[in-house]
Amino acid sequence: MTGTFELDGRPVPFTPGQSILQAALDSGVFIPHLCFHPEFKPHGSCKVCMVKVNGRAAASCTTPAQDGQHVESNTAELNDTRRTLVQFLFTEGNHFCPSCEQSGRCTLQATAYALGMTNPQFNPLFPHRPVDASHPDILLDFNRCILCELCVRASSEVDGKHVFALSGRGIAKHLIVNAESGKLGDTDLSVSDKAAEVCPVGVILRKRRGFDVPIGERRYDVQPIDEVAPAKGGRP
Amino acid sequence: MALTTSALGGLLQRHRNDPSRLVQILRDVQHTNGVVTPRDVTEVAQALGLPRARVEGVAGFYAFLSTEPRGQYRVLFSDNITDELLGSHALRDALCRAFDVHPGEVSRDGLVSVGTTSCTGLCDQGPALLVNGRAIGRLDPARIGVIAALIRGRTPLERWPAELFEVTDTIHRADLVLQSALAPGEALDAALARGAPAVLEELTKSNLRGRGGAGFSTAAKWSACRVAPGPERVVVCNADEGEPGTFKDRVLLRRHADLVLDGMTICALVVGAQQGFLYLRGEYLFLRDALEAALQARRDAGLLGRNVRGVKGFDFDIELHLGAGAYVCGEESALIESLEGKRGIPRNRPPYPVTHGYKQRPTVVNNVETLAAAALIAKHGAAWFTAKGTPASSGTKLHSVSGDVARPGLYELPWGTSIAELLDLCGAKSPQAVQVGGPSGVCLSGEGFKRRFGFEDVPTAGAFMVFDGTRSMVEVAENFARFFAHESCGFCTPCRVGTSLMHRAMRRIVDGRGTRRDLKELKQIAAVLKTASHCGLGHTAANPVLDTLEQFRPSYQRRIRSFDVLPSFDLDEALAPAREITGRDDPAAHFEEDVP
Repeated sequence: MTGTFELDGRPVPFTPGQSILQAALDSGVFIPHLCFHPEFKPHGSCKVCMVKVNGRAAASCTTPAQDGQHVESNTAELNDTRRTLVQFLFTEGNHFCPSCEQSGRCTLQATAYALGMTNPQFNPLFPHRPVDASHPDILLDFNRCILCELCVRASSEVDGKHVFALSGRGIAKHLIVNAESGKLGDTDLSVSDKAAEVCPVGVILRKRRGFDVPIGERRYDVQPIDEVAPAKGGRP
Repeated sequence: MALTTSALGGLLQRHRNDPSRLVQILRDVQHTNGVVTPRDVTEVAQALGLPRARVEGVAGFYAFLSTEPRGQYRVLFSDNITDELLGSHALRDALCRAFDVHPGEVSRDGLVSVGTTSCTGLCDQGPALLVNGRAIGRLDPARIGVIAALIRGRTPLERWPAELFEVTDTIHRADLVLQSALAPGEALDAALARGAPAVLEELTKSNLRGRGGAGFSTAAKWSACRVAPGPERVVVCNADEGEPGTFKDRVLLRRHADLVLDGMTICALVVGAQQGFLYLRGEYLFLRDALEAALQARRDAGLLGRNVRGVKGFDFDIELHLGAGAYVCGEESALIESLEGKRGIPRNRPPYPVTHGYKQRPTVVNNVETLAAAALIAKHGAAWFTAKGTPASSGTKLHSVSGDVARPGLYELPWGTSIAELLDLCGAKSPQAVQVGGPSGVCLSGEGFKRRFGFEDVPTAGAFMVFDGTRSMVEVAENFARFFAHESCGFCTPCRVGTSLMHRAMRRIVDGRGTRRDLKELKQIAAVLKTASHCGLGHTAANPVLDTLEQFRPSYQRRIRSFDVLPSFDLDEALAPAREITGRDDPAAHFEEDVP
């Protein structure tokens, strides 16, 4: 049995168990999102996919689609909220796009463009986050972490390794690795792991592969994320 | 230093190597050793069969667990606004000077560290602090001197004078709940005589609503759990009384513990639960021994255990769990995560705990006061209860009164009482404002005093903090903003970043470096917190700022500069590290700001 809900005035079909976000992406409608990935259980932390369901704000990635729902997404009010959330993330970490290896294929950067963000607005927090280059094949640059937990989920759900986890709380929440030394080199992460390739920003980087595609010719350089994401079912 | 393998082995055995007791285990490691070292984390993880990073994540979440060494004596001053009003900052600074240590640092000899912690629930006898987890109230310069001498003499905590740790219960007005003099098991016996369906019916007729703040119908919660599918059910007493300014549950658990435990057992009878948990906030460590004794006495009397009161098949027992410093664990699904030995992160809902709670079992989570009231309803009936209060808010409510009043303490009043009446009762002289329900509640002033307590008007979880005309409500709001930034669990973007940005803006304003732009940004942050946050903490975190902006705007305006932009940092403060390195403090080593 399938059903239909209304998204910004147009009907969107869904199959039972689908979230509003997944159903929207499957029918070609873009709802901005960061921590969602179709291969993992949604956990609704970034809140960028916030929509209004029958007038109530809800994360579309964790809200099940239901027949006859009235969903608003592409409104000025919701896009303002999303833009502020993306600005929050830029403010929280150290995001210097021009010098970042992931520029042009970074979901955060692409989403910021899609939402018309022109500056981070708030006073940056400039956290101190040393990089970890201890692993032979992978570099960790925590400065760009948006705490989406995709690597955490990939490592435990797909790789069965639990290489990544979160510690701390509040603004001090941070990504940690599964080693007493705290170093990635002392974990069993392998370059072929799902966790090594799932980072939507520039934290988990493969060594010796820098700038393999020239800036300006990368995924989101050539096509905006609101066209790329629905075409790929929400995959970054 | 890490615990020895044998010491850790014994500790883990006491917890049956049960991963769901991880928070309890880490508390014990912290208590034994003063720190949870990386080695401890590795060994605990191995023994419990958990990923190491998961254990580290839990250790890093709770404020009372520290993965870095603290002082042999870890002193944490309660940082609630009521402590602040009573001079806690000066007392903290005095203790810091005594040991030549900065707040947040460990003294060079490792003897002492001084920091702050969220409200410790002693607002009626503040300022207060915790030393290695034990609460000391009624602080003054003399007491700080005594504490400093005891620390300097390296006196073990067990040999500190008992009077330091004395906590008093001041009850100014008792009603239905606080007047209760039922014997242990009396309410349970009445419930057994009525039978579960009749108890539920009385509860429905009583219109009892949750006393923790949300006001959800207790009968509806119990009914939903009763019919939820699953072989095992759970009852949880939420004694994680973290809302700053609230201390009613502390008094209830000390004076009426059996009434609360009766309430839990009656709930178990109605919903068919086998397992009970009392989740006690870590700050109330001093209640633990008496509660454990009460539980044991109930087991001995056949009020807990197999075949409770001789009723065949009525098996129910209660386990005490201690929190470890996390306000967010007062949210029921975060509390359940913590009970399961995890980081206290609120779950995505639905499903709700009544169908998928502790270990996915149908679970009722009720506040201490709710359970006490439920027990009394089972004994005396719905009509007895609804004779007090209003149609929408039946019965009475316990108010924890503190701040600028002559008579701080507990007041139990029927719902429908006005704010002004309570202000009068507690001896508030020329009150400027009152924060009802804690920082997540509402700030009232002027005409607002005419309003009445009730789910239909001013709901409250029980805090009542009064501020007289000498207080700056901007500073009060800054304290509350600091609280939310400290207690945000960090799961969702709006709350994690929004509460910190909000606190920074409030700090700038209080420091006289705020601008009109800050006021604008505060509103923008508040809007995002309200709409986009994952749980009630984020939804309400902006209330104190919004309420005071609306009611005390001139106080804000007096403090802000009329420009749109100012340096976001203090230029003189930025020179402090250079001054420290060069050992200079002369006028030329300071930055003189041109005040326009």
